[in-house]
Amino acid sequence: MNAIVDAWAWLTTADHWSGRGGVWQRLAEHLQLTGLCLLISAAVALPLAAWLGHGGGRRLGGALAINISNAGRAVPTFAVLVLLTISPVGEHGDAPTIIALVLFGVPPLLTNAYVGVAEADRDVVEAARGMGMSPFQLLFRVELPLAYPLLMTGLRTAAVQLVATASLAALAGGGGLGRVITAGFDTNNTAQVFAGAVLVAGLALLVEGALALLQRLTDPHRRPNRRAPDDERPPASHRPATTTPEMETT
Amino acid sequence: MSAATAQSCLAANDWICGEYLRSRSEELTEATVDHVVITVTSVGIAVLLAFPLALLARRWRLASAGILGATTVLYTIPTLAMYALLLPVFGISVSLVICGLVLYSLTILVRNVLTGLRSVPAEAREAAVGLGYGRTRLLFTVELPLALPALMAGLRIATVSAVSLTTVGAIVDNGGLGNLIYAAMDSYFKAQVLTASVLCVLLAIAADLLLLGLQRLLTPWTRAAGGGRRARRAAGAEARDAVLDQRATA
Repeated sequence: MNAIVDAWAWLTTADHWSGRGGVWQRLAEHLQLTGLCLLISAAVALPLAAWLGHGGGRRLGGALAINISNAGRAVPTFAVLVLLTISPVGEHGDAPTIIALVLFGVPPLLTNAYVGVAEADRDVVEAARGMGMSPFQLLFRVELPLAYPLLMTGLRTAAVQLVATASLAALAGGGGLGRVITAGFDTNNTAQVFAGAVLVAGLALLVEGALALLQRLTDPHRRPNRRAPDDERPPASHRPATTTPEMETT
Repeated sequence: MSAATAQSCLAANDWICGEYLRSRSEELTEATVDHVVITVTSVGIAVLLAFPLALLARRWRLASAGILGATTVLYTIPTLAMYALLLPVFGISVSLVICGLVLYSLTILVRNVLTGLRSVPAEAREAAVGLGYGRTRLLFTVELPLALPALMAGLRIATVSAVSLTTVGAIVDNGGLGNLIYAAMDSYFKAQVLTASVLCVLLAIAADLLLLGLQRLLTPWTRAAGGGRRARRAAGAEARDAVLDQRATA
């Protein structure tokens, strides 16, 4: 119980928040690193996933999608951070952290987006193709909207992963909120360690919660239904032949 | 001649150094054994805890929401923060690392045991009940064996993640191979960082293959009926599982 009281005292001391190395500065570093690397990861992963899932390279894509996330799990983030830090890359400021973050941000984005696009309902895709959609229309108007829930899941997973990885960067001498924890360990200050942990965990949960909310609010499949739920509609064969196939994908 | 070059690779601080392997083999073995002990203990405890929790969650819907919610929150907390949060409870000790790893593994295992139990075909259950099986006998002779593939998949993910996350325990001096990585970082001892990192990845791969072999031994029926089509469908399912459980490395 003492630990919580001490940590609260640490957190409510204004000195710990302001100035160089204060919580605000570390939080800003953390958010900058995470945001920047999320953008880079998405820029790398999403086009690749769309191409793999949409194009003919699906067999290759499937193997890649499975293996890249397995590999991401087996390779310790901490080891990658330290390896990059003591390699020549380490001479360039934040470069090791940024590279490590992108390396661990790409797999969840790639795997989710690939599975989403590749497993978009084949009947709908065939129907769209039959309507004469070009490959680009097919991708942007059918496959990506259908993959939306998984795209967002990937984004959320990647964001939480990046927040976590960025906190580990402190162990390898990088910035971010993890520094509050490592500094506490270095000075045997349990209150600071605990306070830092609360901040890092809180940030991760906040990011997860905010993105989960965003996902729910923007999910195209949750818009007010303009048609009756599937089970209340008559089977397709009973409908007039003039009805065009429904393409409610946006 | 060879001795001279071998000596010089330590002096030159090369990434790959045979002399390092020879002169520090004892230290390396010790760290590897520590690493394995921490991982196996954690995953073992998590398996023992996951069963009752999964059964509880299956029995009562309220418990199910609570347990799944709590484990998801735990899973979102970054490793460094998790270890730091446990510091006031355990102090600097190996129990701290083990407790953190148990909490992470639990998430994966409970979810997979539940998925496995839910995937048991109703016909199998009804047939067993019709044959006069009691609840316990039904669980142990019908449901658990049929849930085994999902369970083993979870066990593999949990184990590989635990191997990787153990390294972060270096912050409390109980990180197995992570200790070597952390110690070598400040002195830029490249051979030690690379060797320990590679050993870590090898451990994860070895554990994964070992569990895969065990799974095949325990569930011969999943292979017996295997045609190309079934295998392909399994690969698709694996891709989807990979989507669900990707972030555990930071």
